[in-house]
Parts: sequence; C-alpha cells; structure tokens
Amino acid sequence: MGIVSPGFRRRRRDDADLPPGQYLTHDFPVLSAGPTPRIPLPEWEFAVVTEAGVRHRWRWDELLALPAEEPTVDIHCVTKWSKLATTWRGVSLDVLMEDVETAADYALVHSYGGYTTNLPLEDLLDGKAWVAYEFEGSELSPPHGGPARLLVPHLYFWKSAKWVRGIQLLLDDEPGFWESVGYHDYGDPWREQRYQGD
Amino acid sequence: MARTALPGRLSTRLTWRVATLAEFHDETATARTLRLDVPGWPGHLPGQHVDVRLTDEDGYSTQRSYSLAAPADGDRIELTVQRLPDGEVSGYLADTYAVGDPIEIRGPVGGWFVWRPPDPAPVLLVAGGSGIVPLMAMIRSRRQAGSRVPFRLVYSVRTPADQFYAAELRRSARADGGLDVAVVYTRSAPDGWARPAGRITAADLEALGWPASFEPTCYVCGPTGFVEAAAGALVDLGHDPRRIRTERFGPST
Repeated sequence: MGIVSPGFRRRRRDDADLPPGQYLTHDFPVLSAGPTPRIPLPEWEFAVVTEAGVRHRWRWDELLALPAEEPTVDIHCVTKWSKLATTWRGVSLDVLMEDVETAADYALVHSYGGYTTNLPLEDLLDGKAWVAYEFEGSELSPPHGGPARLLVPHLYFWKSAKWVRGIQLLLDDEPGFWESVGYHDYGDPWREQRYQGD
Repeated sequence: MARTALPGRLSTRLTWRVATLAEFHDETATARTLRLDVPGWPGHLPGQHVDVRLTDEDGYSTQRSYSLAAPADGDRIELTVQRLPDGEVSGYLADTYAVGDPIEIRGPVGGWFVWRPPDPAPVLLVAGGSGIVPLMAMIRSRRQAGSRVPFRLVYSVRTPADQFYAAELRRSARADGGLDVAVVYTRSAPDGWARPAGRITAADLEALGWPASFEPTCYVCGPTGFVEAAAGALVDLGHDPRRIRTERFGPST
C-alpha cells in the first residue's frame, strides 16, 4: 500500500474490475505524438513484410473484402483510462497472416505518419489482434486512427497503432517509437508494465 | 525517429518518491500551482511529466499524469493542476492538498514532447487552455539557459481570467529577448482587443506563428479538439508533420 495522502477520499466508484492504476472513462480520449495523417483511401495499403523481404499487401477494397469480425473488448491506455466493452469491426491478423511464411518471433508495426511499435508476433495471432476499421458501428474517425488501426486489446493501447500501414516481421526484437523513449517493451496492463523496468 | 536520452538512470526515475507540498498559489479560479519537494529528484527536460499516486486510508489508490511546469530547482518541482469536473485527483490537488502533506510521485516520464536548450531550431508553441503547462516549462528553461533561440507562443484561452502565468508572460514578452507571446481568446476578449473572440484558425497561426519555410519545431498541447484543429492548420500552412509534436488530453469531441 502506498503512502496515505491526508484527506484524499475515493470519489469514483468503478464497479468494474479494472487493471491496477486505471480509471473508467466513457468518452474516448486521444493520445498521439503528432498531427493526424491524411490518407486517401485509393492510396491506402496494408503490408506484412517477412524477415526474408516477402511482401504481402492489401489495398483498401481488398481489406474490406476479407472476412471481418466484430470483437467487443476492453481497452486500457497507459495514460490511466480504461474503456469497457468497446465494439469494433475489422480483419483478424490470423486471416492476414494465413499465407505468410516466417520464422520471426517479433513484429514491428508501422503507421502512416512514421509511428512504430513493437510486440511479440504471438501477441498478434490466435484471435488476439485485428486491423480495425469500424468503431461502435461507424467508420473509424481519423483522430482515432482511421481509416484503419491495429487493435490489440490485451496490451496497453499504444500497441494498437493508429493509421496502421504494415507489419514488419523480425527475428530480433526492435523497439518502436514510445518503447525507444522509456515505455515498456511489452505493456501488459494487468502487470502495470508502463515504463521500462516496471 | 532518434532514440532519446533522458536525464537520470531509469531505475532512479521510476522509483515512487514521497513528495511534500512546500507552497502553492492559485493560478486561476480553477487551477492551482503546486511547488513540491521531492528528495533525490533526478532532474528533467521541459515537456516531461510525472505520475502522481494518491492513496486513501482504506488502501484505494489511483494515478494521473501531470506536466512539469518549470525546470527543477534542486529537489523542488512545480506542477499546475486544472480542477476538472468530477476530477478525483485534480480536485484533491487543487482544493484539499495542504502544505506539508505527502503524495507519491515518479518520473520524469516522456522523451518526445520535450525541448532541449542546445537545439538551435526556432520554436513555435501553441497552447490551448491548461496545455500551456509543459510549454511554460520550455519558456522558463530557455530563459534559465540564456538561450536566444527564437520562440513564439500562441496561447488560446476562453477569457482573460482563464490565463495561466498571466503576469509572467506579459513580463516575458518584454524581458526575454526573442520570445513573442500572442493570446487568442475564444469566449471573450479584453476591451479594445483587435481580434474578436473565437476559436483558433489557420489565419491566426499564419499571422502569429512562424512561416513554414523557417522550419520551426512546433509543440502543440491542449484538449483533443484544439490539438486536432491547430496541428491540422499547421499542416495546411505547409509545416512538415514530422516537425509538429503534439500532446492531447481530455475527452475527444
């Protein structure tokens, strides 16, 4: 237990079982490092590039033609907010990785605008991650990562890269944008892995 | 994007420390500046923030992040906290927290939304409301370093009464060579103010900021809607998105 701050009383009554240090929010705060990129859909593409340099790519209409799922998931931001039972629509990474041959253990996710984030490849597979293009029944708005963002709800939300454009498969782990400036390599909200060393 | 060296060893920065309130003053009717003594504080860069942890008697604890408002003065750091409606932590810090009381702090955190005094590039600061706090740390660090790097601040607030650091910014505009300060009012402007009250526009940033050809580093901080509008306007004016750094807070609208 931490040091008690005299006169501090719990004001929120979050009934939900939230990860430690998180509070419940009903709106949808935005955290990004730069301006919202503008991506014309005819120019949009998503690519998976293997460690051997093999490139699997989908254009916007090709992504929409793939079988979609509608996951309802809780999301947790490292800036302390959590949002419960959010509904998305998108394509499972299991579908996108189906024909990809790789020996890689790691993935470096790239976004339009230059953002990157890293995670173990296994955290993108087995129904754990999607390329999402709808939120709560509407198309994903640009401030929230539209036209499409990665959705990896079991990790802190900075791993769910907005404006996703591709995944680079790597034999060795390589830190992404926030991970290079002191944030945790893995980012499990239930273990409160906010910063390096947590 | 280059890796960023941060002051202090990680293990030192990420330790929870007990901070005590040394002094405070009200910045506006809804915001309070706190000066805290944090023994062993490792130092920080302007733009970085701290995590604050509060714990009550039954063991419940909760955390929020707050930007540092000034360079460290030894073990003393400064935060300015805007009280939010229903703000569990901000309400405590702005109303209840008393001189000598402990809170827990760790940091500094964040290596992207920072300004380094040796950087010679001109700087454009664009603040919305309490988004001025980390930008003020940059202005104060520039002054402390004796830097002559050209700085411009465009500060959007609702009314004159909502302005943080008002007296210091008025003085700074005259006393700090190469610092320009422009205030844009969104709800009501002072009598005789040339610009009518209204939300910030690309025309404001064109008139009050630096031309894109000057290649300034732009730091934009404020509520989500403000940052979306201001950063978007800077892109429209031709600023390279890679030189626009943003920090957003509050609900999305």
